[in-house]
Amino acid sequence: MKHLTEYRDGETALKLASEIARIATRPWAIMEVCGGQTHSIIRNGIDQILPPSIEMIHGPGCPVCVTPLEVIDKTLMIASQPNVIFCSFGDMLRVPGSKDDLFKIKGAGGDVRIVYSPLDAVKIARENPNREVVFLAIGFETTAPANAMALKVAKDQGVTNFSALVSHVLVPPAIEAILNSPGCRVNAFLAAGHVCCVTGFSQYPRICQQYGVPIVVTGFEPLDLLEGIRRTVVQLEEGRAEVENAYPRVVNEQGNASALRIIGEVFEVADRSWRGIGSIPGSGWRLSDAYREFDAESRFSTGEIKTCESPLCRAGDVLKGAIKPNQCEAFGKECTPRSPLGATMVSNEGACAAYFNYGQLVQLQQPSIENSPA
Amino acid sequence: MTTSLDSKHKKNGVTFDGLACPVPLNDYPNIIMSHGGGGRLSSELVEHIFQPAFRNTHLDALGDSAVFDIQASRLAMSTDSYVVQPLFFPGGSIGDLAVNGTVNDISMSGAKPLYLTAGFIIEEGFCITELQKIASDMGRAARAAGVSIVTGDTKVVEKGHGDGCYINTAGVGIVPPGIHISPDKAQVGDAIILSGTLGDHGMAIMSVREGLEFESEIQSDTAPLNAMVEKILAACENTHVLRDPTRGGLAASLNEIAAASKCGVVIEEGKLPSQPSVQSACEILGLDPMLVANEGKLVCIVPAEFADRTLAAIRSNEFGSQAAVIGHITDAHPGTVVAKTSVGASRVITVPVGEQLPRIC
Repeated sequence: MKHLTEYRDGETALKLASEIARIATRPWAIMEVCGGQTHSIIRNGIDQILPPSIEMIHGPGCPVCVTPLEVIDKTLMIASQPNVIFCSFGDMLRVPGSKDDLFKIKGAGGDVRIVYSPLDAVKIARENPNREVVFLAIGFETTAPANAMALKVAKDQGVTNFSALVSHVLVPPAIEAILNSPGCRVNAFLAAGHVCCVTGFSQYPRICQQYGVPIVVTGFEPLDLLEGIRRTVVQLEEGRAEVENAYPRVVNEQGNASALRIIGEVFEVADRSWRGIGSIPGSGWRLSDAYREFDAESRFSTGEIKTCESPLCRAGDVLKGAIKPNQCEAFGKECTPRSPLGATMVSNEGACAAYFNYGQLVQLQQPSIENSPA
Repeated sequence: MTTSLDSKHKKNGVTFDGLACPVPLNDYPNIIMSHGGGGRLSSELVEHIFQPAFRNTHLDALGDSAVFDIQASRLAMSTDSYVVQPLFFPGGSIGDLAVNGTVNDISMSGAKPLYLTAGFIIEEGFCITELQKIASDMGRAARAAGVSIVTGDTKVVEKGHGDGCYINTAGVGIVPPGIHISPDKAQVGDAIILSGTLGDHGMAIMSVREGLEFESEIQSDTAPLNAMVEKILAACENTHVLRDPTRGGLAASLNEIAAASKCGVVIEEGKLPSQPSVQSACEILGLDPMLVANEGKLVCIVPAEFADRTLAAIRSNEFGSQAAVIGHITDAHPGTVVAKTSVGASRVITVPVGEQLPRIC
């Protein structure tokens, strides 16, 4: 696959980093919202080749990480029920609830299955008409079209033993919540490329104007990230605050019309609680009236959930960008991937996991970045 | 002349090509509990399936144990159990893994593998033709590796247990004099060589297990490495470490070596050989090729001055054409494995807690 090598070319990456160093005349703090971007930055060491004046702040863009503890606890309660086949994407299986996680429920005899596509969960429901099949439908806007499709198929085909536990979250309200939070240091945002592939980026100009922040739609490969950062720094240095699309091979302004149509049919906007951050109005999607019959939360009485978060866990501060993972007192000690306290240490895209796995900061010889002062 | 018995068995899908004697095994196209009972049916299984497939005089003696002469002062022994699902996959089967896996473990001590055992735990109802295929694959793999399966055992468990067929193989081999290869022998300055492309086996299994269809079929790389090891030792008698990166992938092997040798490991991501199809499959699922299992590859650590000769020796073997020098041993960061990324930055390679889980988005 050519693109894997083209967008990872080391020489071009270093040239872009040099250019960023050349044009940045003062410190800037840029937030990448998407967990996939955080993962790529740390894994490839993009932060190591940026000049010290550019700080990447890692945002709450990991849907696994921000799924509220109540939802995880409900998940575990439903998955433990004897007649239930519980289906989920893989990376949710290790996320800790107040006690236990889906892996432990599976080990204790619960029928928990990893699926690669939500349509597989509908297929399982069709093949097991005497069982209740529940799918954990979480994610940002990226995974919503596929989840919506699964629900539409279930409805059209009358698969009544299928239901979904829905906890979708939306990026633009999260960006605004961060901008409104006290002590916010973020000067600009890299918008999540694959979210924008679905939604387009027409919601962003208002945010740029209202808060005076540039927002650059950015991809995930090293060169995509560096180009997104470069364009952001150009805007910051010039005092502009506009939307730019640095990922045109995948993203256009209107987004994907079919995806947006099916999302509009199956979901409606709702307030949503974000783990570690709190409630953000209008920041989530729940099932629309026409699809309410597929809501697992009403189908299974989960009763009152008493959540219990570890007092040591500072995932919320990490998600807001207030601290870096290795500034948390529990990082690497009480909290490791083997014994995670919060979701940010479990998920592949969680900032804490990325820091633990990739960023133990053993520096090889630093690649030389030419930095001629402006 | 076709008998009515032949017709009945053709109807049941049992064929006897390769079976020594079609009577009286034919009455059971599937395994039943009695096949593990130690009585007549057990003997028939050995006589009609395992003996013809494994073909050697040690086994044919059918003693409780195999007896053989051995001229050696040091032996290497290894055992492994094989529970792979599915049993048959692109590039091989559980039978291939069961032989090659143990042959390779013995070879990683620099030993010449000679004899294997084979223990089967078979689920009641398992199809006899599938068992025949597995045994045939094992016999073929053993002959290709130059080893013999000299003794074995068969147990049958009730339907619902055993997942079809589990196999355990143990092996023994002779370590040549003067050869001292183990994970704690890496030394500062040594070169690290990888014998070929990463992640083929793990992604082949995943693609079949999960029904993921990639444009180019990914094949398991299961292969015997003993001939390659002989060439390595001929090129470099003072080889320090050999390791085959199976479960946990290259990352696990390098971490084990770093810990055992109390040295640091540095590798360059750009030098890791991989097939584009495997790389793409990993990208789609969010998996790291360095953590994916291999079944026909080895890591070889030799003094730097022997790197070129050893590389040439590996490349001259049929399974080593893509071999490459991927890094070196350092005294910096002992116990830690560091990779230089495509942009020239560095990242630490750790081993995951459990299996890699495909990502949500």
